Amino acid sequence: MLTFTFRRLVLAIPTLLFISLVIFSLLQLAPGDPMAQVPLTVPPEVKERMREALGLGAPVHIQFFKWLVQFFWVEPQVLIDSIFGTTFSEGKLRVLSWQTRSPVMDIVVQRLPQTLWVVGMSYVLGVMIALPIGIYSAYRQYSAFDQIGTFVSMVGFSVPTFFTGVLLIVIFSVNLGWFPSIYDTTHKVSDWDSFMFQIRQMIMPVAVLALYNAAQISRFMRASMLDNLNQDYVRTARAKGLGEKTVVLVHVLRNSMIPVVTVIALGVPQVFGGAIITEQVFKVNGLGQLLITSIEANDLPMVQTLTFIFALLIVIFNLIADVLYGILDPRIRYD
Amino acid sequence: MTEMTDQPIPTAPPRSQWRDIWEQFKSHKGALLGGIVFLLIVVSVFLGPLLWPYDATFIDIRSRNQGPSWVHPLGTDQLGRDMLARMMAGGQTSVSVGITAMLLALVLGSLIGVLAGYFRKLDNILMRTTDLFLALPLLPLLLVMVLLFREPLNAAFGPETGIFILIVTAIGITSWMPTARIVRGDVLALKEREFVLAARSIGTTNFRMITRHILPNVMSPIMVSATLGIANAIITESALSFLGLGFPPDFPTWGRLLFDAVDYMQQHPQRVLWPGLAISLTVLSVNYLGDGLRDALDPRIRGR
Repeated sequence: MLTFTFRRLVLAIPTLLFISLVIFSLLQLAPGDPMAQVPLTVPPEVKERMREALGLGAPVHIQFFKWLVQFFWVEPQVLIDSIFGTTFSEGKLRVLSWQTRSPVMDIVVQRLPQTLWVVGMSYVLGVMIALPIGIYSAYRQYSAFDQIGTFVSMVGFSVPTFFTGVLLIVIFSVNLGWFPSIYDTTHKVSDWDSFMFQIRQMIMPVAVLALYNAAQISRFMRASMLDNLNQDYVRTARAKGLGEKTVVLVHVLRNSMIPVVTVIALGVPQVFGGAIITEQVFKVNGLGQLLITSIEANDLPMVQTLTFIFALLIVIFNLIADVLYGILDPRIRYD
Repeated sequence: MTEMTDQPIPTAPPRSQWRDIWEQFKSHKGALLGGIVFLLIVVSVFLGPLLWPYDATFIDIRSRNQGPSWVHPLGTDQLGRDMLARMMAGGQTSVSVGITAMLLALVLGSLIGVLAGYFRKLDNILMRTTDLFLALPLLPLLLVMVLLFREPLNAAFGPETGIFILIVTAIGITSWMPTARIVRGDVLALKEREFVLAARSIGTTNFRMITRHILPNVMSPIMVSATLGIANAIITESALSFLGLGFPPDFPTWGRLLFDAVDYMQQHPQRVLWPGLAISLTVLSVNYLGDGLRDALDPRIRGR
């Protein structure tokens, strides 16, 4: 298992390099000029020097190499510095945003908590709703609960988040006025009232994403339970006189959780990607919103870094899913 | 000799495979309903504008912002354009984008899947490519692609065709991977079967083998991914339009209509409802269709 994990980790490096190369070469084709916003009175030779200061004068492969060094070598040093108070990264050039001229990672760290709160909370909530529904509707297959449950999960899976989000805003913000339609990211939780406000503004985005995630995961849970419920070992367990609760919740559930856990792990990066839309609907000032504004502003280092972070998440969680699969299911041997 | 004809002869003709599939498909109520609803949507969206008197781009500024009435069943927008006509025009684009992008993804996915499964030499490199594509963050990349190539394609093909080609290609080349994986798996299993060996022993060439023996046998997973691909493509296109990076405003799609309606959702909430409902209903019906097809085409479930 350890060698497998190690081998996968080593394999992840060329994958990540390739992905960063794809993103980088795609962005190289960008028609926009980062100097477009500079006033026309600035003479062309000054503009040329500004361009060089952004690192645009260098050949493409040097630019790519510089970005790699900055992202994989300088940024970790900055992280170590900020944790331990050392000065490894002093004087080294970091990945700078063209929009704000500040380090990209600093902005990412500022935006991360909003995304993590909304996305993380909704994913946890979605999983917590999905599992019991999936288990029960598989146990009582074709019952009224199962029929309604599968229909609702099909609807939740088909209705796009940008529609459910807007619908919730129309109902609960415009007509009823219960919840704010815009997520206030400057809000600080200091006492009970402000805590309640935080809850109120989180309800709608979290509910939208949770519904979507719950729909997908409960379908998997149900299918996986159904696969296991007819197996011989279930009959054996019943025949030896175990209670129904033990049979379903211990024997069947533990075996059906194996594929579901990997699906949950694989879904995490997708949720981050899907949150781009939800963040846009509720004006959450998170990573997705940052990506969209930087795409519109032609801020290539920011787009490059953010897209790469999304890719990094996908690769990491794929690895986690594979390792989990091996740990949970003793029948699977990678070596 | 007369005794011979008295022998019981089979009265029912032998049942064909497609008939079995149809029987199974019919018994799946949701799938049948989904198929009918999807057909209805497609037909009304493409034939509706021929019957409906208003044009989707006809501006009647005097009758702007109207609610539902007999003249305008879905009301009018802020420029007095008839919402029903716009919904039908938007549906044409959304459905065509969905179907075209699905076809592109399907062709790519089946080609790569068959090549990887059939030719052992290609297997490794093609599947590594598929894995790499699966590790790409798709929505951010789609956004970047639309942003980068919108201008040059608009200049080359005109704003409408340009963005259509761009979105279809972008969705197509980012969604072929699941099909390729499924098809490859099936081809790998088929290749070991006796009928393939028999065909090979009479000297069938690789090309004939694939088109004549392999492809017809992997049709069922391809058809299932086709339906799911339509749903995926429609949602992706609407999401892009919703983020303002899809079709231009005078060229409505359901996603674009929803995006435009969000600005007016306080005064005219019903305008949000129509495009959203249309997208959801289409995707829901296609998903049910896919579910039913999967059950009907799976010989292990069929006949139970």
